[in-house]
Amino acid sequence: MIRGRVFKFGDGISTDHIIPGRLAHLRSNLPELAKHVMEDADPTFVSRVKAGDFIVAGSNFGLGSSREHAPLVIKMAGISAILAKSAARIFFRNAINLGLPVLICDTDGIADGDELEVDLAVGTVSNVTRGKQLAFGKIPEVMLRILGEGGLIPYIQKHGGFKL
Amino acid sequence: MGKTLAEKILSEKSGNDARAGDLVIAEVDLAFVQDTTGPLAVRQFQSGGFKRLANPLKTVLFIDHAVPSPNDSLSNDHLLLRSFARETGAVMSDVGEGVCHQLVGESLARPGDVIVGSDSHTVTAGGLGAFTTGMGSSDVAVAMALGKTWFRVPEGIQVVVTGNFQKGVYAKDFILHLIGLIGADGATYKALEFGGEAVTAMSMSSRLTIANMAVEAGAKVGLFPADEITRDYLAGQGRGEDYQPSSPDADAVYERTIKIDVTELEPTVSRPHTVDNTAPVTELKGIKVQQVFIGTCTNGRLEDLAVAVDILKGKKSHPETRLIVAPASRRVMLEAVKNGFVQVLVEAGAAILPPGCGPCLGIHQGVLGDGEICLSTANRNFKGRMGNPEALVYLGSPATAAATAVTGEITDPREVM
Repeated sequence: MIRGRVFKFGDGISTDHIIPGRLAHLRSNLPELAKHVMEDADPTFVSRVKAGDFIVAGSNFGLGSSREHAPLVIKMAGISAILAKSAARIFFRNAINLGLPVLICDTDGIADGDELEVDLAVGTVSNVTRGKQLAFGKIPEVMLRILGEGGLIPYIQKHGGFKL
Repeated sequence: MGKTLAEKILSEKSGNDARAGDLVIAEVDLAFVQDTTGPLAVRQFQSGGFKRLANPLKTVLFIDHAVPSPNDSLSNDHLLLRSFARETGAVMSDVGEGVCHQLVGESLARPGDVIVGSDSHTVTAGGLGAFTTGMGSSDVAVAMALGKTWFRVPEGIQVVVTGNFQKGVYAKDFILHLIGLIGADGATYKALEFGGEAVTAMSMSSRLTIANMAVEAGAKVGLFPADEITRDYLAGQGRGEDYQPSSPDADAVYERTIKIDVTELEPTVSRPHTVDNTAPVTELKGIKVQQVFIGTCTNGRLEDLAVAVDILKGKKSHPETRLIVAPASRRVMLEAVKNGFVQVLVEAGAAILPPGCGPCLGIHQGVLGDGEICLSTANRNFKGRMGNPEALVYLGSPATAAATAVTGEITDPREVM
């Protein structure tokens, strides 16, 4: 069970909103890069986020560049999971590969500042603030196993290859 | 039941009867990284305890995003890639060679290949009939080590393209129009498969432009059949032996079919800040533009420069509009020098950049000021994309870009042709 507060974003948050290309020179200095997470979507995000919090967004979260640094800096900020109506393909896979869950569900009823409890094993989100529950879409088995090992690299180290 | 091209390639490379929705482990024919995602791939490779590449000669490290390096941090990232290449035997493509996707198209991708690259525009070589897709640094690091990766076989969306492109209308206008039609997530997780009479007649350069932007509709891959155009293109690059014909089965099952008659198409532009925010150029007439950029993996090929040169010959770019041109590869640059394109462009007032990504992603070379507007032939116009979240980026064809450079405001290229 994960519990935290919601940072709500709209539709079409691109990887440039999450961590823009102009900061490419900081990509080998991750602690510095992480200070800019979500900067072009909400410049106050980085000073307010706490470990365990959630990013909740509309449709097509993480569209654009394949930069794995996008889910990486979100994870480094302490975000425990991303909830969105839909996610871009590369971002979704990158996040899972780093052990950061992306949960696909109807996020319309969730507001900024709401308190959520997420049960990854059961597949439910409960909105403590509003007393409501919702289910999220099934994550493929192989991705659950990658998540379970904490990401792709530890998964491959343990299994030596993919098991579908 | 027949197969889509994506299903055929993934069946061949996985040794399974791969159907949409299946998960497969496929052999990877080529794995590559570029200089902004490669250093993380190298570190993930090393943290996984990997020592050897599955196939060093089919592992390529491209330095193209920040070339020549604008600062010490990026120079050190370049050093990391060069030292990794020395240790592992991976192939280096260094400063001045050009954009990874252009070089993969020119020299590496073969019809029927599975290719993964740590850059979203890896989809470009779908124009050659390769199943080629962008992934993150960890996925590419693992593909480099194991020589394979896993895929969910994508459902297909068939795009049937008919009619004839009218004067001033190009492949870029078509793909912008399609993305505007289906939206930035209209093909998420899907394979876009292009066919129809207008595709049969379409040059490889145009096919690469369209495949390049498949990801802007969320697609995993944008696939073209491998046909006579493909054969002639490969022969022209000195690798005719890489050709093998391929096409989807006539009775392939698609989730959806979209029909577009390009005869009706007008020059099309994407407005800030999303690629699917499209409009006919005629509706945007008069918007003042401070910078025009012609280049990138989308539109930095010789055919694109030829279109721009036709419009710019004997003309000057507007005094309040900067014109920047970056050929996509060394080969394109060399041809553009030999045939006089570079002279025309320089005489028209263009600043010519070395082959590479140039200003496309806001690292250096042509970063916009607050409130400035750029008309670019690139593939993305997200907020902040060209280095400044206070700037505005419009996307269009090389013809629209050249016409706009001359007048200093967004211009229908048909007015100056």
